[in-house]
Order: sequence, then structure tokens, then C-alpha cells
Amino acid sequence: MSAPLKRTALYEVHRAAGAKMVDFGGWEMPVQYSGLIDEHKTVRAAAGLFDVSHMGEIEIHGREAAKLADFVTTNRASRLHKGQAQYSGLLYEHGGFVDDILVHKVADDAFFLCVNAANQEKDFEHIRAANKFDCTVDFTSESYAQLAIQGPTSREIAQRLTEVPLSEIKYYWFVDGVFADAPARIARTGYTGEDGFEIYIAPEFAVRTWSAIINAGRPFGLKPCGLGARNTLRLESGMALYGNEISASTSPFEAGLEWIVRFDKGEFIGSAALRKQLEKGLTRKLTGFEMRGRGIGRDGYEVLVDGQPAGWVTSGSPSPTLNRNIGFCYLPLARARPGEKIDIVIRNQPIEAETVRTPFYKRQSQ
Amino acid sequence: MEGDTATIGITFHAQHELGDIVYVDLPKVGTKIETGKGFGSVESVKAVSDLYAPVDGEVVEINDALASAPEKLNEDPHGAAWLIKARVEKGADLSSLLSAADYQTYAGAEE
Repeated sequence: MSAPLKRTALYEVHRAAGAKMVDFGGWEMPVQYSGLIDEHKTVRAAAGLFDVSHMGEIEIHGREAAKLADFVTTNRASRLHKGQAQYSGLLYEHGGFVDDILVHKVADDAFFLCVNAANQEKDFEHIRAANKFDCTVDFTSESYAQLAIQGPTSREIAQRLTEVPLSEIKYYWFVDGVFADAPARIARTGYTGEDGFEIYIAPEFAVRTWSAIINAGRPFGLKPCGLGARNTLRLESGMALYGNEISASTSPFEAGLEWIVRFDKGEFIGSAALRKQLEKGLTRKLTGFEMRGRGIGRDGYEVLVDGQPAGWVTSGSPSPTLNRNIGFCYLPLARARPGEKIDIVIRNQPIEAETVRTPFYKRQSQ
Repeated sequence: MEGDTATIGITFHAQHELGDIVYVDLPKVGTKIETGKGFGSVESVKAVSDLYAPVDGEVVEINDALASAPEKLNEDPHGAAWLIKARVEKGADLSSLLSAADYQTYAGAEE
């Protein structure tokens, strides 16, 4: 009954390399190559290459492109410099998330948005419907493949494939140049908590560019990685995942993302609801936890405070780096602070856990 | 099967599908197991999977080593990383059981 799964330009490459493929939000994507834990540790210690071509792209062009970007996002897009990127939210009027996105300022009249795969059509409709400005909104996902090189050796690897001086690209900045003989947008961004680059290229160059990175990366310990490791890496680094930590029914304040909300830029979609939420006071907040008892608190599991149902786990997993079982959960505001004893219901058994500060993992440099 | 005792485990294919196994929950010795009913679970980094009993019987031994070294289940599911031993009820239908050796032949034929 379901629609056929979509595939990226690298589908055959993944299959030929023996990756395990799964349905990931309507896309047939590699969940693992050599093994989730091995890939995770490789990204922390050396570098990993991810096909993230399922991510969506939306572009805003025109005289008032910055005005539309400011109006539909929570962060202050209009204050970006050319070549700078920022993490931001797209909200509904009621203050819940449509999506979390990356906004890149390409020029004064051009913004490039990278959005979640499963949300891309919805995001596009949302932005287009809000466009009362002198600019156009284009859905350009099919024009891009996206590869992420992540890990401490990723700069050395990527530098072998481009003349763009990568050390001069600061974190959350990007440069348009040539990468592995293909026109590319090279952004120093990522979703793993490590240094790295996300490279946007035309799909017809995807296979060639993938191979070039694999070959250049071999002496530096690079391995191809799946979305399973991407998830555990982002969780350790305390990054939100749409559909888990954030959704249409959670606000940026509840999710601990107050830093992407800029009231000082003027009205934007959702700003009135967010102001009201602050006036009334939050009732719950996202909190990190570590299991103390034996078990893994997983997505959707119930959380007990003083033995009573009080929240739910948004993401939970073993942490390959820390060798502990970690996760995020929503808790009543008064208990949403480190050091609280909670229980997580695992197969009908309350298992002890404790709230902790996040991120769970932070890299040494930078 | 050895006498009336069955050694129960998961297949190489199952451990491969699960990925890196990080937890194994097994029943206590003396627990009754029932064909098709869950008797424990294995967890990989990504997911929890229930273990279903292939026969009716009673658990007589569990593989304690898996509690501290669940990754063995990825390495040697047909050998050292068995899960439980169960005394099978008299007259139980064993026709649907697959020995490790039979399984390998069967899985090989699938390829």
C-alpha cells in the first residue's frame, strides 16, 4: 500500500558495498556498513563518509529573500554574512516545529535551506504559503546530492580533493568551489559533533565524488557509514532529531533551543505563540539522562518521577563512546535539571536513571 | 538436541540483521517456555527484538556469559553464544526445529 521507497544517486553503490538498507522516512538508505559501533568509533577517531542525499533543499531568491527567511525561521537569517550558515527552526503559528533546518546565505538575494528528508515537501509548502515578499521559493532537492565527511581527519581528506583552502572555512561557514572535479558547495557543518564538511553536488557527480572520497580517505582511516551511526553520533553530541526531540507539538523553548529564537528581529511565524508560552511559563523541558539500572531507555518509553508517569523518552541508545546508556526525555519543568532520580519503564519494569547535563559528548578541540 | 534437552539460540542471519548486540535478557532457570511465546529479548544499538521459543519446555540452564559479553552473540551465535538450554516436554513436536548444521545448509541454498 505504501509508495515505493525513494533512492539516492548512491543506492547502487551502497548495495554493491554490502550496506544494510532500510526504509528511512520513505527513503531506502544505508543504516550500516561495517557495523554501527565500529562506524561510530571511526567517526570519533578518524573519519566517516555519509550519504545524506535524502536531505531536502529549498532556495529563496529575490530582493526580499532575507525578509522571507527571517519571517519563516526563528533565528536571525538577515544577520548572516554571505557564506555563513545557521541552525534554525521553521514553526507553525502555534509555536510547534514544522522542521529544524540549516539556513545558508549565498548572497544578499539568495538563501539556501537544507531541510529534513521526511519534511521537505511540507516545508516547501509552508514557506511558499508564507511568501508575501518580493522573492521566489524553489524546491531544488532533485538538483543536489549531499555527502557528509565527518571526523577529526576529515579536513585532511577533503583537502586532497579541492583547492579551496578548507582550514579557512570556519565552523558553520561554507564556500562554493570545485570538489573532486565537480562544482560543489562545501560547508563546514555536520550532525556528529565532530569537525567535518557537508558537500552539496549535482546528483550526476555523486558516485564519482563518493569514490574519490573513499579513495582519498583510505590512508586516513575513513570508512563509509550508515544512518544508524549518524543517529548515535548526533545523540551523544546532544543534537535534536525531528520527530523525536522536536515535533509539531514541541516548541524551541521546551526543546532547549532558546538560542535559535530571536525576538529582536521582529515578528515571525510562531513568535506570538512563543511569547505567550514564555509569559505563561513552560510546563516541561527536554532533559538528558543516563541509565543507572540495567536497560536502555528507548524512544517512546514512559518516564516516572516519584513513581508517577511524568514524561517520555524522545531518543535513547547505548553510547558507543561513553559506554553508557543515554537519552533525552521530556520532564516537568521543576524536575528538568541534572541530578534528578527518575525511572524509565522498560518492558513494564521501572528501571533507574538519572538526569544529566548535555551534551553527553564534546570533542576536545574548538 | 541432546537427549531431552534443547540448546536454543539465534541464527547467524538474525544476529546480522540485528547488528551490534548490546544486551541479552534471558529467563531464570525453571521458567516454562511455550512455542511461539516470548522468553526473553536481545537488544542491538538500534532496536529490541523478542526471543520466541521454538518448543514447549522448561529452562534448565542459561548462558550467563552473555550478560557481560553480549557481543559474543554477533560472533558465535551457533556455538559459544547459545542462549538457553531447555528440557523439552515429552511428545513435543520437534519437526520444525532446525539444527545449526541444517540451518547452514538451508541458508546456503538460499543464496
